[in-house]
Amino acid sequence: MEDFYKEYILDHYRNPRNFGHLDAPDASAEDLNPLCGDEIRMELQVRDGRVLDVRFSGKGCAISQASASMLTQTIKGERLEDIARLSKDVVLENVGIGISPTRMKCAMLGLKVLKSAALGEIASWPDDDPHTASV
Amino acid sequence: MIASPPDLKLRRIIADFPILAKRTRRGKRLIYLDSAATSQKPQVVIDALVEYYSSYNANIHRGVYEIAERATTAFEDARAKVAAFINAPQSAELIFTRGATESINLVSHSWGLQNLKPGDAILTTQLEHHSNLVPWQVLAERTGAQLRYIPVDGRGEHVLDKLDELLSGVKLVALSHVSNSLGTIAPLEIIIPRAHAVGAIVLVDGAQSAPNMPVDVQALDADFFAASGHKMCGPTGIGFLYGKRALLEKMPPFLAGGDMIKKVTYEGTTFNELPWKFEAGTGNVAGAIGLGAAVDYLQGLDMEWVRAHERSLMCYAFARFDELATRGLQVYGPHDRDRVADVISFNFSDVHPHDLASILDTEGVAIRAGHHCTMPLMEKMGWPATARASFYLYNSEEDVDALMDGLEKAASVFNLR
Repeated sequence: MEDFYKEYILDHYRNPRNFGHLDAPDASAEDLNPLCGDEIRMELQVRDGRVLDVRFSGKGCAISQASASMLTQTIKGERLEDIARLSKDVVLENVGIGISPTRMKCAMLGLKVLKSAALGEIASWPDDDPHTASV
Repeated sequence: MIASPPDLKLRRIIADFPILAKRTRRGKRLIYLDSAATSQKPQVVIDALVEYYSSYNANIHRGVYEIAERATTAFEDARAKVAAFINAPQSAELIFTRGATESINLVSHSWGLQNLKPGDAILTTQLEHHSNLVPWQVLAERTGAQLRYIPVDGRGEHVLDKLDELLSGVKLVALSHVSNSLGTIAPLEIIIPRAHAVGAIVLVDGAQSAPNMPVDVQALDADFFAASGHKMCGPTGIGFLYGKRALLEKMPPFLAGGDMIKKVTYEGTTFNELPWKFEAGTGNVAGAIGLGAAVDYLQGLDMEWVRAHERSLMCYAFARFDELATRGLQVYGPHDRDRVADVISFNFSDVHPHDLASILDTEGVAIRAGHHCTMPLMEKMGWPATARASFYLYNSEEDVDALMDGLEKAASVFNLR
């Protein structure tokens, strides 16, 4: 975690990419991380089964917002069914450093919401750590 | 302000807690500022658990052999110690539970389902931990009773202007002695007599007061008092409920099974006497014995000293926090040192509390970040989350300094000026 707050992560936190809303999204989802109170909404514009454009909105810790921001840059042009099958690795590769188990939910919230939008139903958490209970 | 080094008494206390001598993965000293979540354990408590399991592990209230007698005696001695710790008139009024949550659920299920009907009201406060809120929502739903809240102001202090109105038709008042989110000490000396005057009984959630200040259930005139062992130097999975005998006698059992019975036939059962009527199944024997050792430890230090020590630490922390006020450090909760216990909730500029906590963690400083199991309070106050530092008998002014150094580091990571 020492080097989690690297400049590129803080940059995505301060200047989130693809932040805001689409005029007429074809798919959307939102969710929250009860541990931190992070909130994220994802909106997708879909053409021929592929993501043409994406916007996210929300609030929360740097980890949740930066990883969502990086994720939106990763998935343009991808097919919805591929997005629905994404594993947590895509987020871990984006952030590039280790995340402690309790912060994993923060990092994975954006992916969970994105997959929910692609699936049209609530996706399960993309991680299998035991820190799922709300308090 | 300059931190005073720990005096000899405090140094001896710190040495009593083996975990405080450990280093974090990064080789830092552990600065534990999350005792409101769970306290650390002194060696005497750990030893009591080991001694039970290694020397006289046996079930209680059954065997006639030596170690069973010894286990039963130790378990019942622990009950007497905990009862004395809160000045309960009789040990029989002290029921061991898994913790404050189970204690509150015992009252809501047993007393609540027996006594509440549509049109009755339950009064709690806007400050409550989910453990003293959700059980009453569930009970209100099941009985048709109404649930009301004593409001709090922006500082998290109880607003009592409309207390008489709120108390009308109330059968049960349930409130925390000390808020786990903001440290607010409830004005029980006002609320309890007024509740009794309208014929209501009062449950005090003492999860955050029993560890931190002297508690006298008779002086408070509390009808029920609930607490958790793990927040007061004891093991996890053990806690207690104090209840006035006259109330407990009339209440039906909460859980049914072994140990809570006097006589069982295929046709029916006669329930056991107090307190065992409410202790179905083999209890947490080791936990109770450990809690007894914890109570001995706390009484050895003197709870008046514990309260004074924490109050003095809070004063120091408030003064140090003031130094960062111009840079966006915002402290929530009461500022009157006599109305706040061991907890400081805060936010630092626009840095999310979880980011703060992660950066502090790299410095060995353990704080809590989040909603502290008080989601409705957070929503009312408009705080998505807060950072929370809580102090206990083993913390020093040097720990407060370490927290401040960690906040400086967070400020530099997030470019705060």
